[in-house]
Amino acid sequence: MDSLLNTERPPVFCPGCAHDKVVDALDKTFQTMGLTGDQVVIVSDIGCSGLFDTFFNTHAFHGLHGRALTYAIGLKMARPELNVIVTMGDGGLGIGGAHVLSTCRRNIDLTLLVLNNFNYGMTGGQCSSTTPQDARVGSGFLNRLEKPIDLCLVAGAAGAGFVSRASAYAADLPENLEKAIRFNGFSIVDIWGVCPGRYTRRNKLTPQMIDESLAKLPPLDDLVASNAREEYGSHYRQEASRLTPALPPIRIEAEHTPPVNGRQEVVILGSAGQRIVTAGELLCLAGATAGLHASQKNDYPITVLRGHSISEVIVSDDEVGYTGIAQPSVVIALAPEGVAKRKKMLAGLSEDTLVIKAEDVDLPPCRAVIVEADFKAKKIKSQDRALAALALMAAQDNVLTMGMLKSALALRFKAAVLEMAMGVVERATA
Amino acid sequence: MALTLMEGNEAIGWGARAAGCNFFAGYPITPATTIYNTMLKLLPPEGGVCLQGEDEIASIGYCLGASMAGMKAMTATSGPGISLYSEQISFSIGSEIPIVIVDVQRLGPSTGSATKGADGDIQFLRWGNSGGQPMIVLAPVDVIDCVVLTMEAFNLAERYRCPVFVAVNKEISMTRETIDLDRLILPEIRERRIAASDRPFLPFGATADRPVPDFLPIGGDRLVRQTSSTHGPNGYITTDPAVIAENQDRLMNKITSAVDQFTFFDEIESPGTDTLVISYGVTARAAKAAVGHLSQTGTPTALLILKTLWPVPEALLVEKAQDFKKIVVIEMNLGQYVHEIQRVLHDKEITFYGQMNGELITPDQIEEVVING
Repeated sequence: MDSLLNTERPPVFCPGCAHDKVVDALDKTFQTMGLTGDQVVIVSDIGCSGLFDTFFNTHAFHGLHGRALTYAIGLKMARPELNVIVTMGDGGLGIGGAHVLSTCRRNIDLTLLVLNNFNYGMTGGQCSSTTPQDARVGSGFLNRLEKPIDLCLVAGAAGAGFVSRASAYAADLPENLEKAIRFNGFSIVDIWGVCPGRYTRRNKLTPQMIDESLAKLPPLDDLVASNAREEYGSHYRQEASRLTPALPPIRIEAEHTPPVNGRQEVVILGSAGQRIVTAGELLCLAGATAGLHASQKNDYPITVLRGHSISEVIVSDDEVGYTGIAQPSVVIALAPEGVAKRKKMLAGLSEDTLVIKAEDVDLPPCRAVIVEADFKAKKIKSQDRALAALALMAAQDNVLTMGMLKSALALRFKAAVLEMAMGVVERATA
Repeated sequence: MALTLMEGNEAIGWGARAAGCNFFAGYPITPATTIYNTMLKLLPPEGGVCLQGEDEIASIGYCLGASMAGMKAMTATSGPGISLYSEQISFSIGSEIPIVIVDVQRLGPSTGSATKGADGDIQFLRWGNSGGQPMIVLAPVDVIDCVVLTMEAFNLAERYRCPVFVAVNKEISMTRETIDLDRLILPEIRERRIAASDRPFLPFGATADRPVPDFLPIGGDRLVRQTSSTHGPNGYITTDPAVIAENQDRLMNKITSAVDQFTFFDEIESPGTDTLVISYGVTARAAKAAVGHLSQTGTPTALLILKTLWPVPEALLVEKAQDFKKIVVIEMNLGQYVHEIQRVLHDKEITFYGQMNGELITPDQIEEVVING
């Protein structure tokens, strides 16, 4: 096969830069594998390694520092047949560390080449996440305080199925790269090299020293053997193929006549676990079964199993505009947590509002008409109080009718749950 | 008539699907999470892709990669996530990568209040990118808009090869309301223009009459270059000031010169008044109630509801405001878009009212401002 090197744009690295070696090795790999330019995308980020995409006649995607893997994942999920090669330096490795770790966990079929030259070449030779502690770099004493990362050990621990260390000067680098590209999953090659423009001006580092250092590092075979597993993209498609397409949204035809006209506002005040939000939804659905428009605003803390739970519902024969509630027709007060959050509203209620209050809940002074419900006597559990209160409203044709409520329950619940809900309605109104 | 009960976020998801969205990636964040939930339900069973990123930066990065491979991509987050998106948004603008970004605004600054609404990101969405190129920002008022404007956002992203924001508010996104789906008038779906196969392809090639470059996907038969660096038509880095300037001008003009084609708005006309209320987003609903009540009680007042916020629909503002002396701007922040209104309608008497306490501005508050200034 022909070389994929872009002869119009030859590499522009400093004389003696290890990156040149990797460009050549990668081109040899492409040739050995018989790849054409349209079968490959080179995804790069910022820094000297970010120039890689311009040296090849392949698809190219050059993006933000440290984020190359993020684009690569989108490209690979969209085009599973594409060979996606990501280049980054030890700079991109550090700044995009979270992406490296999560891509290891994901095992998506990309190949990451880390052009590791132990410093930030382009910005002045500052320390990176791989700079040795005894090196002299552009960050003063700061690198002496931080331990360099061993990418391969970290990647192996994070779940990478293929990790390999290499010298940019190794004769077998093309074979090493081919193995990485052919690996069906996420593969990383940590390629060590010399940065003559910055690093070796103050530090001694030769290809031979790189070989010696690499030889001293622990082998990686055992580490990655346990990470062998299915490739993410094919696994994703396999799982997705077993899913059932979402049902279209439910369209509710009007089958009842609403008991009153105009805008009716209902506030349900309770606590977490009392199915307040479900009751609000039921009230909206009930409205829809009578051709009424409805809106539902909920208020609860982020700790969903503790604290207040409030649902504000409006049903109206017109479309609901403003969704706030100032003077509700009905307030349902089921727990002190909800009541405490709406003291101001309760204090401002007029005689036109009906409050259905659980027997064990205290209200601040208010002018509304208060009806007390003894849920305990009716053997209605805390989580069924909100539904029971709706049943009490329906029994009086207040906002909704019993027919509307039962239709709403049939829309929302099925089988045994529906039966239990109907039981609550019957007990509440018995 | 049949009614469907749906929250704004679900409606955004269904709108995206109707527009042909087949790629979504996001990171969970209240109050945007239910968009992700909806896309997870909708896309994978139909051959699309929905991913959960390791963070917001990754999520939008996946989308940019997928979009360049030819997919229709959307992501969704809230203020804290938009902050993290910023650099990728700049990339999407400068390198003309279509994407729809939903910002479900919550009360800031910073992590602020996860479950309280606000419209506090309105200037941030315009200016929160490096380079200052224009943005398209659409602002839904209700669940219907969540469907329709999300579709329009995809059409604009494809047509102009740019990011398009849907700037919604927790108070719409997490509020359920009934919607008559059969009565919805959905926009026609538009796709990005594909480069002709019989001509040489330049990834950023454009002409005066075709300022948006033709698209080819990465991974197709013909080689495509994408780059976040300052580039010429061939997608390679350039330092030529003339080429750079031409490209910058084109990026600006392709959006600003087209705003008349996507100026979405609603209005309530009211004869015999010198006062026009201007609002947007969820606050427009209170404004509508206020204006209705004012007109019934002897204080006729007109209302203009903006649904395209950026680029500022200047021609629309000038036209709609011409017969009024007093302009009242209401927004759920401490005064952001009012600066644009003041700039465009500099000869009018402009009153501003805003609030940032996590509560909706009420119709009563708006009436008070209209009557007493």
